[in-house]
Amino acid sequence: MSQKRILKDGTPLLKVEGLTKYFPVHSGVFSRVTDQVQAVDGVSFEVYPGETLGLVGESGCGKTTAARCVLRLIEPTSGQVQFDGEDIIGLGRTALRTMRQHMQIIFQDPYSSLNPRMSVGNIIGEPLRVHGLVKGKEYEQRIDELLERVGLAPDTRQRYPHEFSGGQRQRIGIARALALNPKFIVCDEAVSALDVSIQAQIINLLKALQEEFGMAYLFIAHDLNVVHHIADRVAVMYLGKVVEMAPVDELFMSPKHPYTQALIAANPIPDPDIGHDVVPLSGDVPSPLHPPTGCRFHTRCPQVMDQCRSLEPELNQSGEGREAHGVWCHLH
Amino acid sequence: MGEAEKNRHNGSPDRAAQAVIYETPFDEFWRLFKRDRLAMVGLVVLVLLLFMAVAGKALTEWWVVFDPSTVNLVDKFKSPLSQVSTLVPVDTRPLLGVYILGTDELGRDVFARMLQGSFVSLSIGFIAVGISVFIGILLGGLAGYYGKLRLGIMTVDTLIMRFTDVMLCFPTFFLILTVVALLPPSIYNIMIVIGVTSWMGTARFVRAEFLALREQDFVVAAQAMGLPERRIIFLHMVPNAIAPVLVSATIGVATAILTESALSFLGFGVQPPFATWGNILSDGKGFIFDAPWLFFIPGLAILVVVLAFNLVGEGMREALNPKLRQR
Repeated sequence: MSQKRILKDGTPLLKVEGLTKYFPVHSGVFSRVTDQVQAVDGVSFEVYPGETLGLVGESGCGKTTAARCVLRLIEPTSGQVQFDGEDIIGLGRTALRTMRQHMQIIFQDPYSSLNPRMSVGNIIGEPLRVHGLVKGKEYEQRIDELLERVGLAPDTRQRYPHEFSGGQRQRIGIARALALNPKFIVCDEAVSALDVSIQAQIINLLKALQEEFGMAYLFIAHDLNVVHHIADRVAVMYLGKVVEMAPVDELFMSPKHPYTQALIAANPIPDPDIGHDVVPLSGDVPSPLHPPTGCRFHTRCPQVMDQCRSLEPELNQSGEGREAHGVWCHLH
Repeated sequence: MGEAEKNRHNGSPDRAAQAVIYETPFDEFWRLFKRDRLAMVGLVVLVLLLFMAVAGKALTEWWVVFDPSTVNLVDKFKSPLSQVSTLVPVDTRPLLGVYILGTDELGRDVFARMLQGSFVSLSIGFIAVGISVFIGILLGGLAGYYGKLRLGIMTVDTLIMRFTDVMLCFPTFFLILTVVALLPPSIYNIMIVIGVTSWMGTARFVRAEFLALREQDFVVAAQAMGLPERRIIFLHMVPNAIAPVLVSATIGVATAILTESALSFLGFGVQPPFATWGNILSDGKGFIFDAPWLFFIPGLAILVVVLAFNLVGEGMREALNPKLRQR
């Protein structure tokens, strides 16, 4: 499918360590905190400059929460996030606002991600104006340039979001994210809401933009084919934890974690002659309100052992830096 | 294929020609609003009323012919369209020598008094609603945006919304009566009192809208871009929350006019010699069989204006309803 790119080692652009987000559950008359939803629990990963890290997992496994904690759109409960050598978690309001220029987000739903009362030109131009990056004539030029770059006609700038199709709106969203020349963009299920032909266009656009501007993506998705196509490395999440992380081809060729194996086996292959030899998973994802003890996957794991029920698995890693293949499983 | 899709496939020469058809949100609103005949009738009535109120203010202030406090006892209880008596001094005779809407028990021209009253009623309606919308947006917005902040034992949201509930518990009209009984009954006090007792609905609307908008991706995007909070609130959230507020404000003007009329009718409102529709009605009630126009003219005026505001409000609600879009 995708050509494996040459992975170069270097210092990571983004370094996330032990990121945890518990959402308190309030109940009773005085709305005391009675429980906690463990949405993200001790997630660590790195994103290197110019690469794409795919983040996959079922709905509700904490992918989006993790990404939003990284951008500090949600305040994480604990953990470290370092961006370009700077500690994001400790930043004050003003410093954070400046920092936000370098990290942007593209959303899943192109219908709610654009302000319906603003023209396209204003939507794209607003970050430029607020951060005072360009002035006067340059401002107009920059907007035309951005629209051109994402494949929209320059005369779209006076129009309003409701006049566009889903794919075009997503292009507007991408132009807005590009406006500030960020080093890092979170693509939060950026193509999941689009139909397949448009998905391909948007993915290719994202790839082309990455080659041109060299920013890094954290690409959240549940479609494995999409991830295989765009990502350099992939992290697999299950119930708030990363269970396996590896370069994309290695992960798809030789998945180690039973959950990853099941995910990849469940992915439809466009060839009827190739049979499935892995039994599909049974049961549902347990509630993140009271996640299982030990390995969180043990309730559904086809190869469950005794120690899985009580002991949390440790990281087993081969390779270093970008080539590292890490798995959190007692089998390895 | 949508219009937008077509544009992309056309060559660049056609683009300029198609640049004309873009519809702003306001254009769309207006197109939908125009289809509602009753609302358009209401709007025409309101525009006429606005014109009349402004003209009336000017005429009654500066033109002695329209002075609503001129007393001509010889001409008392003249029915509408009757001729002026020859005993009336020439400079205070009504226009063309005809009392268009008759005279009252002191021989004052009802038409002039209605003109003066229309300005009073409208300004009370608009200013009272302006105050209530301002308070409503402020408190509702605070509760919606900063609701989760804790102040001591309770959150900002709890504090503001429970206060709103408390305000809603009072029977508004009696609250107004009490306040007006304590304060000197001037037109400004009445505006303020009506304003500060009618913001609760708006506050609830705005809070609900803000809670929904906060979760919308475009607001999250604005935060992610590092926009200042006031910009997010006033440029991204308020314009998207304003539609239901405008609708309720339009209907609120009607309610405020009714409240003012009721207060004036009971004698707590605007005091004589200032004429308002409420106190013209109140003065006329004693002569309902002898001079029915004194009663029916202000009554009908209130009815028509309140109806017009309600129709326009309903029309706006329909036109702003997202479910009716794209039709």
